[in-house]
Amino acid sequence: MTRFNAFTLLKNAVTGHKDWTEQWPDSQPKAEYDVVIVGAGGHGLGAAYYLATQHGITNIAVIDKGWLGGGNTGRNTTIIRSNYLYDESARLFDHSVDLWQNLSQELNYNVMYSNRGCLMLAHNVHDVQSFKRHVHANRLNGVDNRWLTPEECKEYCPPINIAKDARYPVMGGALQERAGTARHDAVAWGYARGAAARGVDIIQNCAVTAIRRNPDGSVAGVDTEKGFIKAGKVAVSASGHNTQVMATADVRLPLESMPLQALVSEPVKPIFPCVVMSNAVHAYCSQSDKGELVIGSGTDQYVSYSQRGGLPLIEHTVAAISEVFPIFNRMRMLRKWAGITDNTPDRSPIIGKTPVKNLYVNCGWGTGGFKATPGSAHVFAWTIAKDEPHPINAPFTLDRFRTGRLIDEAAAAAVAH
Amino acid sequence: MLLIHCPYCEETLPEVEFTYAGEAHIARPENPAEMSDEDWQQFLFMRDNVKGDHFERWRHLHGCGRFFNAVRNTITDKFLTTYEAGAPRPDLAALKSSVSEGQK
Repeated sequence: MTRFNAFTLLKNAVTGHKDWTEQWPDSQPKAEYDVVIVGAGGHGLGAAYYLATQHGITNIAVIDKGWLGGGNTGRNTTIIRSNYLYDESARLFDHSVDLWQNLSQELNYNVMYSNRGCLMLAHNVHDVQSFKRHVHANRLNGVDNRWLTPEECKEYCPPINIAKDARYPVMGGALQERAGTARHDAVAWGYARGAAARGVDIIQNCAVTAIRRNPDGSVAGVDTEKGFIKAGKVAVSASGHNTQVMATADVRLPLESMPLQALVSEPVKPIFPCVVMSNAVHAYCSQSDKGELVIGSGTDQYVSYSQRGGLPLIEHTVAAISEVFPIFNRMRMLRKWAGITDNTPDRSPIIGKTPVKNLYVNCGWGTGGFKATPGSAHVFAWTIAKDEPHPINAPFTLDRFRTGRLIDEAAAAAVAH
Repeated sequence: MLLIHCPYCEETLPEVEFTYAGEAHIARPENPAEMSDEDWQQFLFMRDNVKGDHFERWRHLHGCGRFFNAVRNTITDKFLTTYEAGAPRPDLAALKSSVSEGQK
């Protein structure tokens, strides 16, 4: 692996950038691995990276039915934040925000993490009360969050309309300054490069068709389009298709897969300095370094694997954006797309062991998985290596749907997040 | 936009008139007191999340307000049929052949 630094950049500039080595090889599967990870998104590649760097396990394959980072890792709106209400969630997401801080240096890969702040707008008395509760709960958990008046909101993000006669007037906002955005593709690429440099095989365009089990019930390996691969442990993080993959090992999951749409505008000069979310009118917005406004809202309401989604939701989303930022209401939208998100009933993820020996799952991230990539990958790697959950992901079991100890961020946020 | 046929109103109308209500044909337990935690988990939370032909509930919220069932393909988002709540599951094989007949 060529390390990226000023010297190598200069050296390659002299030769016209023709001699850069490939960042990771396009591997073909070997007959056997210690760990097979299904799904080469940020969470799967990150888990491979941390298994290799922190747990000394390098005989790993990460297998994907498409290209790496081509699923939800490449389809989200890149928002990073950790202002979740419950203690368990705050720990998990703040662990991730901690890892984001130095991720570019750790990976020697610029993931363009930018802690530009995330402002959540309140539009009615109920919003004000619940967001202030969030602020206090977050601060008790050591998560930065503070309350802004409408005028302070306007100062922090000038495009916001704070007119008193708006249909949904801005009554204040909760600001997490450590929140922000990152370059989503670079996260997948950085982890892929780091993992491959330590001997991990990344096998693309090779769908896993089934998880095969030994007579004693434990995992034997995976059947793929390129044949059977024997594996000591199998870890599944296949986002929208977790249900299908895990069903082949007779594990049922409390998931529903729904399209989450996003769209970008034509690129414009820098106008939008942070991330703004509005739950009441329901949309969120930031500006990419290319200049596009990156816009999203909630999922379509029905189970679908179409990666398209319906236009009524787009209409709803841009209506919300026009309401909060009237300055954008004549902006043209360039393109829209959807990713298939796997949603749990309590809108919190499941990271941990399964009833099948040596089979692990990291699923149910729903509409909020990107922000958690480093933290999720880190605790998932721990769980796989030690066959027991890290304290941070210990509450996020599959078994909570039997015991009833839900982590109900759906009720806490009252909105897809 | 999805166009959905309400079997009560007997009209095919835009998606925005309807709300989705999850997987269909999940019967409420007859004897709740005898249910184990495992049974409740299956009933309340576990879903087939079908990739393909999916039996699901919809509600004609901004119309007659009634719940009904539908069969929709979750890859193409095309509806195969809709039918009244309480009616038995339609025969998938017969449905598919009649739909493909209709398309010829």
